[in-house]
Amino acid sequence: MIEIQNIEKSFNDKQILYGISAVFEQGKTNMIIGASGTGKSVLLKCIVGLVPPEKGKVLYNSRDFYQSNREEQKKIRSEIGMLFQGSALFDSMTVEENVMFPLNIQGEKMSANEKKDRVYFCLNRVGLENAGQKMPSELSGGMKKRVGIARAIVLNSQYLFCDEPNSGLDPITAIRIDNLIQEITHEFNLTTVVVSHDMNSVMEIGQNIIFLHKGYKLWEGSNTNILHTDCQELRDFIFSNKLMMEFNKQ
Amino acid sequence: MKSLGRYLMFMGRLFVNREPFKVYIRLFFDECILIGIDSLVIVIIVSIFIGAVMAVQTAVNLVSPFIPDYVIGQIVREMTILEVAPTFTAIVFAGKVGSNIAGGLGTMKITEQVDALEVMGVNSASYLVLPKVLAGIVMYPMLVVISAFLAIYGGYLAGTLAGFLTEQEYIYGIRVDFMEYTAFFALLKSFVFAFLIVSISAYKGYHTEGGALEVGKASTSAVTNSCIAVLIADFFLAQLLV
Repeated sequence: MIEIQNIEKSFNDKQILYGISAVFEQGKTNMIIGASGTGKSVLLKCIVGLVPPEKGKVLYNSRDFYQSNREEQKKIRSEIGMLFQGSALFDSMTVEENVMFPLNIQGEKMSANEKKDRVYFCLNRVGLENAGQKMPSELSGGMKKRVGIARAIVLNSQYLFCDEPNSGLDPITAIRIDNLIQEITHEFNLTTVVVSHDMNSVMEIGQNIIFLHKGYKLWEGSNTNILHTDCQELRDFIFSNKLMMEFNKQ
Repeated sequence: MKSLGRYLMFMGRLFVNREPFKVYIRLFFDECILIGIDSLVIVIIVSIFIGAVMAVQTAVNLVSPFIPDYVIGQIVREMTILEVAPTFTAIVFAGKVGSNIAGGLGTMKITEQVDALEVMGVNSASYLVLPKVLAGIVMYPMLVVISAFLAIYGGYLAGTLAGFLTEQEYIYGIRVDFMEYTAFFALLKSFVFAFLIVSISAYKGYHTEGGALEVGKASTSAVTNSCIAVLIADFFLAQLLV
């Protein structure tokens, strides 16, 4: 479980996040949604430790990330896997080397064969067991995302973060990636946090959702009650997404 | 001053909370190939021709019955060891290696590869930059030695083939009144220049924000800033050590 308390963040005197608090539960796909520029990605970066907030706490199973010393932070980070918006695969490495990288860098006491077995278990899980020797430049957008997921879970992570996992993908591939994230969340009992502005994803996998608008958290719920919300900003957001979906269908 | 402060803090990050040294070994050798071996061709071409040009220019401009021909070799040697090999090669090195480092790191930054390293608990500055700095410091002096040898050889080829002086005169010229200190001074300069070029380029690349346009700007800025830093350092080293 991850708990964030009263997160505030600003850049160059411009306030981006205003006192965001939330609980992201284990075994569920938790989503942070909102229109572009509302602070979703900044909040995610605050949670994973890339951008320290000015105020507030980030608790990983009650361990305060920003109050921890470097060793404790490293331990927490070894439990984190992240899928980036552009996949962020290392261009100079093969798919196999990309997925093996966290195992090498975290100093896992595994033999070379054990590491390779673990890498191919993860690649197999995302359906890319035959792509080990390919370079990232040879992969499609969807394949890159799947390699990113394999890299994120290779360390037996407890926490999975996904920043816009289906951006730039066609609708069918996007649904496949969403489903893969949900399956992996349940299979490995992960605490998953997904940032998205795509209502298709929200309706598909959003078990616990927070809605951000202009840096404020305005709504919290699940995909079963989101369509019955009284929050006008959320209704506008859903409506604009629905218009886009209709437009895409036509 | 703000940029200088950020640069110094960035340098500090290379050595604080770094990964164990075994992590850097393979990276170091990879960088040695990229920075050193891959720069050989351009260094060879530039050095031979610069040496040849120095010999020809000296021969053409120092025509006097009071100046013996072997002085051409002596001047080529002094200019090569003191300035051309360490400094001129540094400018070429900044253009080739500096832009490559800034472009590579800038691309990693904007495609979130640097963030990916940080999320994995890796000190990305140290992991990505320290092997480059070490490889630069090790490989660049070797390039300077090769450059000096080839520039003097280029002068020999141009001087003798064009008939400005004989082989014996040139070889006498490059040996006469030779002070070992000049070679030591050139090597000392090469260490400083290598550090400046690689670290400034890495700093520029690592702090790229935006998109492809900014990566291009970072590469250009890396080369220009490195060249300026090299020339300033050259002046101060000359003041301090000559």
